[in-house]
Amino acid sequence: MVSRFKDALESGKFVVTSEVAPPKGTNLEKMKHHVELLKDKVDAMNVTDHQSSVMRFPSLGGALLVKEMGGEPILQMTCRDRNRMALQADLLFASSRGINNVLCLTGDSVILGDHKGAKSVFDLDSSQLLAAVRQLEKGKDLGGSDLDGGVSFCAGAIVTPEANPLEPQLIKFEKKIEAGAEFIQTQAVYDLDRFQKFMEYARQFPVKILAGVILLTSAPMARFMNKNVAGVTVPKELIDEMAAAPKGRGIDTGIKIAGRMIRRIRDEKMCDGVHIMAIGREELVPAIMEAGGILS
Amino acid sequence: MIRSITRKKSEEEIDRLLSGLGRIFLIGCGTCVTLTRTGGAPEVAQMKEQLTEKGKLVTGSTVLPVACDNLTGETLREFGPQMDLADALLVMTCAFGVQTVARQMKTMVVPALDTLFIGKETGPGRFDEVCTQCGTCIIGETGGICPVTTCHKGLVNGPCGGTDNGKCEIDPEKDCAWTLIYNRLKELDRLDSMRVLQKPRNHQGEPRPGKIAFG
Repeated sequence: MVSRFKDALESGKFVVTSEVAPPKGTNLEKMKHHVELLKDKVDAMNVTDHQSSVMRFPSLGGALLVKEMGGEPILQMTCRDRNRMALQADLLFASSRGINNVLCLTGDSVILGDHKGAKSVFDLDSSQLLAAVRQLEKGKDLGGSDLDGGVSFCAGAIVTPEANPLEPQLIKFEKKIEAGAEFIQTQAVYDLDRFQKFMEYARQFPVKILAGVILLTSAPMARFMNKNVAGVTVPKELIDEMAAAPKGRGIDTGIKIAGRMIRRIRDEKMCDGVHIMAIGREELVPAIMEAGGILS
Repeated sequence: MIRSITRKKSEEEIDRLLSGLGRIFLIGCGTCVTLTRTGGAPEVAQMKEQLTEKGKLVTGSTVLPVACDNLTGETLREFGPQMDLADALLVMTCAFGVQTVARQMKTMVVPALDTLFIGKETGPGRFDEVCTQCGTCIIGETGGICPVTTCHKGLVNGPCGGTDNGKCEIDPEKDCAWTLIYNRLKELDRLDSMRVLQKPRNHQGEPRPGKIAFG
C-alpha cells in the first residue's frame, strides 16, 4: 500500500492534516480550488462525509478527486447512511482506486441535518467499522467469505478529549485502538493544559494523535460552539480575545489564536501533529499554518 | 406495566384520510389510549364534535374495553347497524387495536392516532421506550439498560461524539444511554463489560414480520 499519510505519521515529523468538504451539487470548482491550494502544504486532507448530516457530493467521490489532483485523501466514512455491505463495498472501491486512508466515524443523527425524516442505519459503529477494515485486510469480509483481491488501509478514528463525562469516551477510544485505529484526530481542543492531561493518558497507546484545531471566526461563533457542539469548550479568555478584535477583523485574531495553539502543541511535543478545521474557510489554512510556524 | 404510546394525528391528516367519507363510526379503547388521553371516552367525544363541525355524520361510537383483544369483533357486533351505516371506522386506538378491528370488520378502518412506541411507565403520565423487541437481547452486558433502544443510534460499543453532559445530541431532554450504562456498570463495579469490543449485531434475530407458534 502507498500511503504518504502513513509514511508521514511514521516519520516522526509534526503531521498536519486539514479537511475539504464536497459541494452541495456537482460544481466542484471551490473544492478543487481548496485541494489545489492545500495539497502540497498538508500531509493529508480529510474529505467529509455528509457533514452534519447534510446531503452532499459523496466523500468517496471527493477523495477520488483529491487523489486525481495529486493530493493525499483521508476518506471519512460514517456509519449513518450505509449498512455493513455498502460500507465494505465502498472500502473495496476506495482501495481499488488508491485511496488508502480512512477515518471511521459513527456519524451525526439525521435529525441534525437536512433530511430529517431519513432512515438512519448505524448497522455498524465506528469501532466495528475499524474492525471491518482490518477484517477485509485479512482477505475476508464480515460475512466470512474470501475476497478476490485484498485491501490495505491506514485507518483512524476520532476522540473528544473534553467529553463530559470523560471515562465512557476513553473506554470507546481504547476500543477503537483495539479494533485497529492507527491514528486519532481529536475533536477541537482549546484548553491545552487539559489536552496535555489527556495526552499523558493517551500516550500509553500505540496510536498517533493529531490535535483538532478549529478556526474561531468571531466571538459569537465561539459562544455558539460552546452552546451547541458537544465536547467543545472555548475558554472565556479566548472568547474575550476574539471579542476584543477590531470590527471585521475577528478572523485575524482567530488565525492568531490557532497559530499560537499549533506552536505550543508542536514546541511542547504534546502530540504527533494537528488536524486543522477551517469549516468552509479552507482558503485560510495556509495562513493558519504560517501563524503556527509550520508552513514549509 | 407496558403501554402502547400514541399521539393524535394532525387535523389535516385526519381530514385527508376521511376525505369523501361522510359517515363515520368512532372507536376508542379503555386501556392504553385512555391512560395517555388519546383515545378514551373524552377524546372520542371531542372527535365526534370535531367531525360534526366539519359536516360529517357520526353514526355512533364506542370505547372498547381492550381494543387489541380478539373479543373486539364480538363486542363491535352489537353496533352492527350503526357501523353498517358508516363509510369508515375512525379508530382512536394504537395500531394493534386498529388492526384487530380491521381483521374482524368489513368496513374500512382509518387510524386517528400514530403509534409511537411500547412504553414503560416511569411516573404519572411519563413513559419511556426501553425495549424495541430486537430479538437479540444484550442487556446482560450493559447493566440491564438497552443501548439498542435507549441510544438514538443503537450503538453497542459506547457513546458517540454527540453525547454532552449525559444527554443525547438530538434532544437535551433525552438521556445518553451510554452515560446511564456507564454509571450503572460503575456502581456495579462491572466496567470491564463495557470494555469488551462488541461484534456487529445480528439484525435478523427474528426476521420481520415476527411470527411464532408455541406448541
